[in-house]
Amino acid sequence: MSSLKTENLSVQFGAVKPVDDVSVEIAAGRLTSIIGPNGAGKTSFFNLLTGLYQPTRGKVFFDGQDVTRMPVHQKVRAGLTRTFQILNVFDTLTVEENIRAAVQRRHGRSAYLFCAPDRHGPVEDELSAVIERVRLQEKRKVRACDLSHGHRRHLEIGLSLATRPKTLLLDEPMSGLGMYESSVMGEFVRELAQELTVVLVEHHMSVVLSISDTILVLSQGRLLASGTPAEIQASPLVQAAYLGTGRYDLPQERAAHA
Amino acid sequence: MTRQTAPISALSRPTITFGLLLGMFVVLPAVLQALGISFSLGTEILIIALFAMSYNILLGTTGLASFGHAAFFGSGAYAVGIAQNYGIDGAATGLAVAFAAGLCAALLVGLLVMKKRGIYFGLLTLAFGQMFYIVALRWDGLTGGETGLTGLRRPAPFGLNLNDQLTFYYFILAIFMVALWVIWRITHSPFGSLLAAIKSNELRTQYLGYDTARYKLAAMAISGALSGLAGGLYAWFQYAAYPQNLFWIESGNIVILTLLGGGLSSFFGPILGAAVFVGAQDLISSYTEHWMFFFGLIFILVVTAFPNGLPEALARFASVLRRSSGSASEPASSAHVAPARGTAP
Repeated sequence: MSSLKTENLSVQFGAVKPVDDVSVEIAAGRLTSIIGPNGAGKTSFFNLLTGLYQPTRGKVFFDGQDVTRMPVHQKVRAGLTRTFQILNVFDTLTVEENIRAAVQRRHGRSAYLFCAPDRHGPVEDELSAVIERVRLQEKRKVRACDLSHGHRRHLEIGLSLATRPKTLLLDEPMSGLGMYESSVMGEFVRELAQELTVVLVEHHMSVVLSISDTILVLSQGRLLASGTPAEIQASPLVQAAYLGTGRYDLPQERAAHA
Repeated sequence: MTRQTAPISALSRPTITFGLLLGMFVVLPAVLQALGISFSLGTEILIIALFAMSYNILLGTTGLASFGHAAFFGSGAYAVGIAQNYGIDGAATGLAVAFAAGLCAALLVGLLVMKKRGIYFGLLTLAFGQMFYIVALRWDGLTGGETGLTGLRRPAPFGLNLNDQLTFYYFILAIFMVALWVIWRITHSPFGSLLAAIKSNELRTQYLGYDTARYKLAAMAISGALSGLAGGLYAWFQYAAYPQNLFWIESGNIVILTLLGGGLSSFFGPILGAAVFVGAQDLISSYTEHWMFFFGLIFILVVTAFPNGLPEALARFASVLRRSSGSASEPASSAHVAPARGTAP
């Protein structure tokens, strides 16, 4: 059973083809990672999957349904959402206001004009659970712009989780985190994959290789290889294009994202 | 971005602020009389303040800069006038007609511009606003063309004589306070928190599953309806509806006075902006017809030095005074701006 499927997915901006003829199936309930050098088209691929870009060619299926032309918000309602590589939270709102904005939609509260936003028990219970889940209990009343980078990463994921996705696309959730924080984040992602389908774009190779069920390798917009971590590590093609010889953490790329 | 507004739920004593505002506006006529100024200045401040508060639902709360809001204000004014010419009188019906006219005008414009962002949104609202002006100018039979609709009557609710300036002032004050409470409630509701989310990050709001265009349209509709209401009051105020009420200069004025009052970061700020604007217009224009030049200077000075407008300027001034005098007393004039959001120095 596949969660996401693409057929000949392509997008072109002028002469540039960030994603070029990619056909993949992403298995439901698994953790699939997408790796590839900078500019390989990983984020563009996410943008196509979630509807931020319209493909010039090809199709996207989610849970067997053709969602190619579906706008972003409808895909989110169907259970497909993402996080962003460049942090994308509500900077001017507090942590709980951030999460509440996400939670109140499913409770049909967002059209209420004449009551306070924070007095509805079910919404408050659920937002507390999400905040606990992403370990931000201590920071509930702190505005997002005043959080540390690591906490903002947590909030970013919390926002996406609060939409109750079936499939969650994580765009470099470890970018800018230190070694220890990254391994904690890796465990957290692994935990998430017990409950939902996770697609992970990440540069931390050691983490990716240790937690993924399947790895897709993109290079210059095209699908270069796919397989289990062991297969990918062993593939001479991938080694030449990306992994190098035995260096799983590419220091220059990590530095570029720090 | 630079300094941000305080979170929406961290309201500092809104009831007290409402009480202070009400108290100030109740005694304002006595102050005006002592200064030898007509009560109608107070009435105009209230109506323009209501217009600015309505406008700020879009600008300050949702982060959408409309440059054609006079179209909705003017629609309300004309609706009251046209209704009277068709024999529809009365306070409640007049208010309903003005509200509905603003609502319809805003829905019409909103449906056409809602998918646009930033400068395109602003310019399109400006263009559509001017179309309302042209229609009012050309449709002589309905709108009276260049002269507008003159000789309008004020209603007589509960047998009140609204032609008495003081009675009219308190009548407007009552409507103003109710409308202000409605705007406050909406801004601090689940819906309002969504508008704040859209202002903060529209893309992220879409990724939470919201069709943001709908919410923006709803904000525009509410803002337009209440602007129309203010316009209807203004038609009673001036016994007329003029094409100028729809003109883009009026749209520009409302942007300027909302910014001057610190509407981007302060809920009650636009009221202060309206008071200063209308007051300055009255005061400076009695000395020179180039009053806009001097007002423009004031505006530029305030917004360059204090991006959060007059509340920020007053708060800084107050803190300087406090430091130099060593006492904790605050000037009474800043009392009503102090509780506004995000105005702390």
